[in-house]
Amino acid sequence: MSAYRVLVGCKRVIDYAVKIRVKPDKLGVVTDGVKHSMNPFDEIAIEEAIRLKEKKLASEVVAFSCGPTASQETLRTAMAMGADRAIHVEIDGKEAETLQPIHVAKLLSKVAQEEKIDIIMLGKQAIDDDCNQTAQMTASLLNWPQATFASKIENDNGSFKVTREIDGGLETIKVKLPAVISADLRLNEPRYATLPNIMKAKKKPLAKKKPSDYGVEVKAHQQVLKVEDPPVRQAGQKLETVEDLVVKLKDGGFV
Amino acid sequence: MASLGRPCSWAKCMLRRQRALSLRNIRQIFSGSCIDASDGLSDEQKHIQQMARDFAKNEMAPFMKDWDQEEHFPRDVMKKAGELGFGAVYCQEAYGGTGLTRLDASVIFEALSTGCVSTTAYISIHNMCAWMIDEFGSETLKETWIPQLATMDMCASYCLTEPGSGSDAASLITSAKKDGDNYVLNGEKVFISGAGVTDVYLVMCRTGTEGAKGISCILVEKDTPGLSFGKKEKKVGWNSHPIRAVIFEDCKVPIANRIGGEGDGFTIAMRGLNGGRINVASCSLGGAHASMEQVRDYFKVRKQFGQTLENYQYLQFKFADMAAGLIASRLMVRNAAIALQNKAPNAVPLCSMAKLFATDECFKICNQALQMFGGYGYLKEYPVQQYFRDSRVHSILEGTNEMMRLLVSRDLLKDR
Repeated sequence: MSAYRVLVGCKRVIDYAVKIRVKPDKLGVVTDGVKHSMNPFDEIAIEEAIRLKEKKLASEVVAFSCGPTASQETLRTAMAMGADRAIHVEIDGKEAETLQPIHVAKLLSKVAQEEKIDIIMLGKQAIDDDCNQTAQMTASLLNWPQATFASKIENDNGSFKVTREIDGGLETIKVKLPAVISADLRLNEPRYATLPNIMKAKKKPLAKKKPSDYGVEVKAHQQVLKVEDPPVRQAGQKLETVEDLVVKLKDGGFV
Repeated sequence: MASLGRPCSWAKCMLRRQRALSLRNIRQIFSGSCIDASDGLSDEQKHIQQMARDFAKNEMAPFMKDWDQEEHFPRDVMKKAGELGFGAVYCQEAYGGTGLTRLDASVIFEALSTGCVSTTAYISIHNMCAWMIDEFGSETLKETWIPQLATMDMCASYCLTEPGSGSDAASLITSAKKDGDNYVLNGEKVFISGAGVTDVYLVMCRTGTEGAKGISCILVEKDTPGLSFGKKEKKVGWNSHPIRAVIFEDCKVPIANRIGGEGDGFTIAMRGLNGGRINVASCSLGGAHASMEQVRDYFKVRKQFGQTLENYQYLQFKFADMAAGLIASRLMVRNAAIALQNKAPNAVPLCSMAKLFATDECFKICNQALQMFGGYGYLKEYPVQQYFRDSRVHSILEGTNEMMRLLVSRDLLKDR
């Protein structure tokens, strides 16, 4: 049984605890001066990859991120957790704002081919756009099997037995490798990076690339028309009888 | 207090909500603000700080109230901290230390203190002891102790103060007389953090004549015959680690356990304290910052006279004053840490001044935060009073703030 090479995708997103504010021009949310961190599902993906390495199932864990220069911080976090090296595909300014999962999937598939990757581990979705598309698109582009919403991964002689969280409960499937796996919340609990590992991370190799290095175009094909706050919650009304309720529902056009 | 009485249903609701606000959601609501603690730090330091804050939020903050009220010494959490490298932050990597700088250590203790000031203060004392061994101890002592202290598998205590010698530390009388291959220790130390539960005691004792030059530093292991402890003291704060007297009655300790040379003890103790002062000031910073986070959440929730408190100019202005005091303290502490790291000639008065200013200022911030919470600030359900009580002692130990003034004025008035 040979050891696998694992590619893990990480995205730098606005921190989950931040109160999101819409920009005055209503075309996006405020990101300047706002705390960012690694997408929580990606942290879970990195943790799983590191555990594979610790079980000697993986020989190398490569962290990948595409976005502005600040994405390198996220990659250093990945390396501090235990990834061996990182690849940053620099995408700046306007192009970063309009980047879509299809672009990321194209880049991931090219990188996977170039780096001879056996397992692509991704977070199931990013907490900023909630797309939940990148893993599926990447698998399709590579024509690899996919195991999404993974909550448990077990080795099975050249394949993986993956338990998936689905609407009806849990589903266990067998995927032959190479494959794309997307991590769900209960897959693991990510470790704290130790101080020595944080110090070592800055010496680990971080390759800086451009989309053109992989022959991928990241032209925008969507335009955001408007971003607005969800409607302010209205006060409810206490009614005396069921008849009153039915009248109100009819008046409101709900019935 | 008469008007408070038993909490009415509204107050219970407020309490539940506040608890939800304060204990689980210590999110970094000040990131990007004027008091963001990551300002001016390198990327690596920001990572370290983030990790320490996460650890504080997840492993310490949810338990700090219980640790305080039950007077529990959370060894398991300290071991987790040790595994991450928090046990010997500024000791050399050669013997298992983490090899970081004094500034890194300040950032770490400030971050951890947001989770529990008392526990972090003990961890910082432990770090000070590990450093003293690392800097002055023999190869054997370093090889034996640093690895275990770094992981916090073993814990250390710093023993200087005696019933008769506090600020006048050099007048200590605990004696260590040579007897073959051993020193025989007799005397009593008082107010020792961790005494009775720690594994190793760094004891400043008299091997020579009177004054500073007659003092040596000796490492005493727990369970050494002749080593005993006084009762656990009941304190206003710092309740997550015990404080007891440490008693030596013909306690035999191998000469090989002496750290540094005979007569070096006072210097070792004082040099340890320079770092200790930055550490304790950093703990004050963390407590003050956490108190301000509590206040900000409270201002947005608590209403009186038809408005939330954040609308009252007096409170806004007072809050701004607190912020200014916090930043001034933080800058002074970090500046002193850098000076100490670089062995600047004025490092000692800088560390003293930083400790003096930051501990007083941050206590004022915690006190003001408690006031802003009104009656709720006085209840142990709310963490502000714990930050307040825990940081009160920082103006007293590791050298009273009065002694800090002595060190600073001495430097100012030196003939130059």
